[in-house]
Amino acid sequence: MTEIVWRFDVEGNNFELAGHASQQTKSRLKQIGVNNDIIRKVIIAMYEGEINMVIHANGGVATVTVQPNLITVVLADTGKGIENVELAMKEGYSTATTEIRELGFGAGMGLPNMKKYSDDMTIDTTVGEGTTITMKFKI
Amino acid sequence: MADKFRSIVFDQSRCLGCTHCMRKCPTQAIRVRDGKAYVNYDRCISCGNCVRACPSHAITTRFDTFDILNGYKYKVALMPSVFYAQFPHINEPELVLNSLHNIGFDYVFEVARAADMLSLLKREMFIIGDVKTPVISTVCPACVELILTKYQCLRDNLIDDLPPLLLSAKMARDEVKKLTGLKDKDIGVFYLSPCPAKVRAIKSGSYSQTGDLNGAIAVSEVVKKLNLVDIKDVVIKDEIKASQMGIAWSTSGGEASNLPNIRQLAADGIDNVVSILRELEDGKLSDIDFVELHACPGGCVGGVFNVVNTFVAKSKIHSLRRTVLQNKTNTTDKIDKPISYYKIPWKWQTTDLYTLDKKLPVALQKMADVEKILKKLPRKDCGICGSPTCRALAEDIVQGKATESMCLVNRYFDENNKTD
Repeated sequence: MTEIVWRFDVEGNNFELAGHASQQTKSRLKQIGVNNDIIRKVIIAMYEGEINMVIHANGGVATVTVQPNLITVVLADTGKGIENVELAMKEGYSTATTEIRELGFGAGMGLPNMKKYSDDMTIDTTVGEGTTITMKFKI
Repeated sequence: MADKFRSIVFDQSRCLGCTHCMRKCPTQAIRVRDGKAYVNYDRCISCGNCVRACPSHAITTRFDTFDILNGYKYKVALMPSVFYAQFPHINEPELVLNSLHNIGFDYVFEVARAADMLSLLKREMFIIGDVKTPVISTVCPACVELILTKYQCLRDNLIDDLPPLLLSAKMARDEVKKLTGLKDKDIGVFYLSPCPAKVRAIKSGSYSQTGDLNGAIAVSEVVKKLNLVDIKDVVIKDEIKASQMGIAWSTSGGEASNLPNIRQLAADGIDNVVSILRELEDGKLSDIDFVELHACPGGCVGGVFNVVNTFVAKSKIHSLRRTVLQNKTNTTDKIDKPISYYKIPWKWQTTDLYTLDKKLPVALQKMADVEKILKKLPRKDCGICGSPTCRALAEDIVQGKATESMCLVNRYFDENNKTD
């Protein structure tokens, strides 16, 4: 089965470049002819994940795999990990610093939005070692 | 699509194949092959960026000549406000307006009068609030075409009012019929166009659908013809009827300025328009209610058919607004027709021109091939191969329109490696 894999390095604490991976993904998905509504979901969820890695995890790697009926986005970092996943999934809960919030991030909608817009999401996290989030989107 | 009127034409005898136009094209519609530039007219939105970029004046424009007036008993000129700005040394705008009577027009209708009506309607629309925000202006046909072909998910955000040019054609026709008793077929309505995008829209695009417009003549042609008559001796028959609201539309931000209480954004210059469309597509501008877009820098005053510098024209429009404001505070026309009169009688149709293939699995395979080829290309985006970027060349190769040997950078390294 045909599949494409795109790999993007996400730089930690670089807010100028944040969102670059999801932008690139968007224009390529458009070229493949993926439905606009699905692209929108993928991009919003991926953007949130990308920002999370920028803010909390000192960066990481975003991998997008496209198959004829499925898009898989894997966001992997070696950051500090999520201490309380249940709490992190709550809308409005954020551990972001005041400085980050002043930039307009850290509203506590990252993980909830990723869950909301993806068809399936798994979080694999170990405190002190890092987090890998896998999101699946049906085409 | 196939019979799209070509308002921008490349003169191959002058083309040096320099790639300036290719680099400036916002839709990657241009390729240079065998030393000459070619356009994919499906993708061309007639924005005029290539016309500005060409150093050898090889990119020419097509529009109607004055001969087209001969086919009609009664000739109406639709005059955009930018036309006033083409005569920076004339301080009485009425002279400019009436000068058109001397070069074959029986009637002159200011497009800004339609823009007046549309400004009032838009205020009402936002008060009622029954719209999908952000509402996107349709004043610039190049931007509309870009949305319909590349940012399709924004289609329903396009305002459903008639663009000012189309409304003015409708209003002018009604006014002339009432005045003369003539039938529609005897009345020729011609737009004095500041840009190739509007010419194309009138000749074969969306604007041709209402049948109210019969042709488009470039502003530069009209100015050239007017040089033969002495404008200062023009007899003043008609006064300016448009208000400063409508006149404002010819500069970027002008249309939006008529909505003082609305959260708004105005972008001009096609590259800026593209960056705003990308943000809109991502839903990032949800706190904006009205978006005004102009492909030309500065708005319509920056159109390639204008003879006067964009900034001089802008200043002239500014002083014209002040002059008009001193004389009258209200619009001449009133919204006295049913609301449907002011609305577009069609639904905007989107076309997809950018996917690698209509079938998703095939497109996916092609994208995989693009990535594979791209790995071998130098990623310098030098454009010497005749495709705007390395990725575009990879796409062209996959679509069978180019070969890997066209990359001169790779060829240079290959040959040098052989001799080593």
